[in-house]
Order: sequence, then structure tokens, then C-alpha cells
Amino acid sequence: MPDHETTHIYSVSHLTREIKTLLEEQFPFVWITGEISNCATPASGHSYFSLKDAQAMISGVMFKNQKRNLKFALESGLKIMGLARVSVYEPRGTYQLIFEHMEPEGAGSLQKAFEQLKNKLGDEGLFDAVHKQPIPLLPRKISIITSGTGAAVRDIIHVSERRFPECRLEIVPVPVQGESAIEQIVCAIELINQRQQSDVIILARGGGSLEDLAAFNSESVARAIFASKTPIVTGIGHETDFTIADFVADVRAPTPSAAAELTVPEKKYLKQQIHDMHFDLLSIMTRMMTFYHQKVDDLHGRLKSPVQIMNMFNQTMVSLCLRMQQALQRQICHDKDKLVWIVQTLKGTVPDIRFSRKQVLDRHHQLFRAMEHCVIQKNNRIQHTAATLAALNPASVLNRGYSIARTLPDKKVILDAGKVNVQDPIEIILAQGRVLTRVEKTIHGKDHI
Amino acid sequence: MAKTTFETALKQLESIVKEMESGDLALEQALKKYETGIEKVRYCMEILDSTEKKITQLTRDLDGSIKETPFDHE
Repeated sequence: MPDHETTHIYSVSHLTREIKTLLEEQFPFVWITGEISNCATPASGHSYFSLKDAQAMISGVMFKNQKRNLKFALESGLKIMGLARVSVYEPRGTYQLIFEHMEPEGAGSLQKAFEQLKNKLGDEGLFDAVHKQPIPLLPRKISIITSGTGAAVRDIIHVSERRFPECRLEIVPVPVQGESAIEQIVCAIELINQRQQSDVIILARGGGSLEDLAAFNSESVARAIFASKTPIVTGIGHETDFTIADFVADVRAPTPSAAAELTVPEKKYLKQQIHDMHFDLLSIMTRMMTFYHQKVDDLHGRLKSPVQIMNMFNQTMVSLCLRMQQALQRQICHDKDKLVWIVQTLKGTVPDIRFSRKQVLDRHHQLFRAMEHCVIQKNNRIQHTAATLAALNPASVLNRGYSIARTLPDKKVILDAGKVNVQDPIEIILAQGRVLTRVEKTIHGKDHI
Repeated sequence: MAKTTFETALKQLESIVKEMESGDLALEQALKKYETGIEKVRYCMEILDSTEKKITQLTRDLDGSIKETPFDHE
């Protein structure tokens, strides 16, 4: 049992904190080299890994903020050299390296020179997209600047023969590494530009170390590429290799084969394209002609000659005539029926004219007889009256011996002796002739005979 | 130059086909376009088929003269 009076007893936290302080004070910043393994970068963006060598291993972390300055990607297997603090992660009681800075081990003067040249040319605008020239669709001739004996030239020829067997290729052999490589590559680019026979240049080289690719990272080659009027496609090294030449080139392909793929069009595809368009043209034209043919036919069918129009009118007229006649006949029939009906109706109500005629004739006879009777009667009466009248005639009185005395010259019949004076001239009318005389004497009174 | 004419001819052919597909053309125009289109088709096919297979090597002699010789890659 420990002696509680004299022995200091740590809590876990306390001890951990003490260790942490000790470590952090002892190793504030250390340069360390090792190989990265078990590298993981979760969503936070921080990278967690183990740094190991043959005998030992330490946990390591590099936070997102520090990672921003890295010129390479953190991955397992990478040997690095870096500046780190040693710290303790208290919840787990583990110690770890917190990296502030890191670079791939062996990144020496070549890498530095590469970065410097890249930045310089980049600042000058040699990599700008505006300077990139388009690659012609079907190059008349392709110049290939590469080693005449390497795998690159074989790959390019192979791809070209597969895609477009008849494509014109011109190999311009150059050493791709060594002392004269830079000068020879520059010369080749200039020569092709002078001859003006090629439509595109492929600058290619197989894979290699940074040292092997030195010529393609040289300023002279970069400037020659930039100055070339003929578009340049680069296919240098492997997929991951980037050279200055790649940045300046009009198009960068990851490998020599890929450069050939990008430059040499596929004959089959071009032909297919043209065939398709040819077919499109034909079918469109055929469709169009069919359409117009139908349209003309249709219009022709609808176009009427005057004779047709006349015939049409004629037909209409005949039909109208027919309808008119039929209508008229129907009307006549109808009216006829109506008339018959009316006649029959009339017959029922018509007065008997013969009877009336007989009546009229009878009345006429009656009238006639009545009239005759009346005339006879009147005649009898006239004769009777005439006889009476004849009896009253003065002449007949005179014949019976009477006479008429009248004053003269007044010729007034004298009925009263008192009206005449003696010696007055009078006239006496006799049955035969007249006597003119004078009054001799007047005797008054009624006693005259 | 062959490179411009092939590419130009192909582009012209494309635009002719598009124009005709649009259906906005009068028959006379369409016929003209069609003729031009067929010419372009013939022209493009001729270029594709007429190119001769040839691989050469361009070298400069010690005296500075340029030589173009067949390249043997087999």
C-alpha cells in the first residue's frame, strides 16, 4: 500500500495534462521526415494519417488551413518532410504531430526551378487561353517531334493508322533528353514553321523522372512552343506528369497516344458523319418533293375548267328546274283538290236556279195577266168616260138646239141678262155658225122660257 | 488550303442540313441548297479518300540541308 502522506497521487487528467505540457515544452517545433500511411480526409477537410518509418509510427494531423499552402496532394505512401508541433490529444491519451508545413521529400532544386519558371511564364501570359490555337479537324500533314526510336513514335503511328490510315505523318527525330535536347527541339519547331507544310505538331515523349523531362520544362522550348504559328499538341510522359511545355501548348494530352487521338480524326466517324448528312439531305429533299408533288396534284384536282363550272351550273339549274316543276305540280294538285272540295261544298249549298226561273216566269205571267186586266179595265173606263165626255160636249148641246151667247169683243158667255145692256153687241153661237146682233131688251129674273 | 476547305465544307454541309431541316426554305432555295450540299458531300468524301498513306522523316544533314526520307517504323 502506498503511503498516502508522502506519495503524490495523480488523477488521469492531471497526469495527461502534465505529459502534454512536458511534450509541448520539449518539442515546440520539430522538422520530421517519414512516410504517410492510413491517410484519411473526412468532410471537415482536415487530413489524419500516420507518419512512419521502418521502426516506428506517430499519428499526425494537418488542418485544412495549413493544407491550403500545399503544392501536392496528401496520400498514403508519400515520403514527406515537414514542420510540426508535438501535442497530446487528452480524451484518448495519445500524442500526435500537428503539421504546419510539409513538402515531398527530395523536392529539390529542380522542383523549385520548375515552380519559378512556371510562375514567371504564367505571369507573362504564355499559358493564357487567348493564345491557344484550334487544332484543325483534318490535318493535311502532322509533324511529330519526338525520339525516332522511342515507344512514343510507335504509339503515335499506331493510333494514327487505326484512326485514319492515310493520314500524312512526318517524323522529326530529336533527342528528348540530354545536353542537345533543348536546342534540337527548338530547331525542329522552327523548321516545321518555316516549311509551312504541316497543319499541326505533336511534341511527345515517354514517361520519365523530373530530371528526364528537363528539356520539356526549359524556358527555350516553352518560348518556341509559344512562338509556333503551327498549333502544337503535347503528349509528354504519363497522365500525372505536367511539364512547362504542357502549359504552353495549344492542347495538352496526357500521353503520346492520347496526343495522336486528339490530333488524328477518326476516318470512320468523319465518313459516317458525312454519310448521315448526305442521307439527311436526300430524305429532306425527297420529303419536300413528295410534299410539293402532292400539293400540286391536290391543287390541280381543285382547279376547275370553265366547262366544268358551266356543267356544274347547268346541273344546278336542271335540278332547280326539276324542283320548281315538282313544286308547281304539287301546288296544282293541292289547289285542284281544294277546288274539288270547294265545288263539292258549293254544290251542297247552291240554290235551284230552274226552280227560281220557273217562279220568275210564273210571276212574269201573273204580272202580264194582271197588267192586261188592268189595261182592259182602264180602257173600259176610258170609253165610258169618253162617252160621258162626249155627252157633255157643247157642240152636242148646240145640236140639240141650245145656243151660247157671248159679249163682244170680250167673248164672255152671258149667263145673266143683267150683265148686258141694250144695244150691246153680242154673238150667238149656234150648232151651225154664229149670229151677230144687238140687245133689244133685257128681261131680268129666272123665268126665261 | 485543304485543312480549311475540308473543315469549312463540313461546317457548310452541317449548316445546309440544319437549314433544310428547319423547313423554312422555299423549294427553289431548297433545291439550290441541296445541290450545294451534295457538292460538299462529294468534296469531303474525295478529300477523305484521296489522302495517300505516307510517313516520312525530316532530318537536317551536317551541311545544314534538309532531307525528307521515308520513315521505317516496322
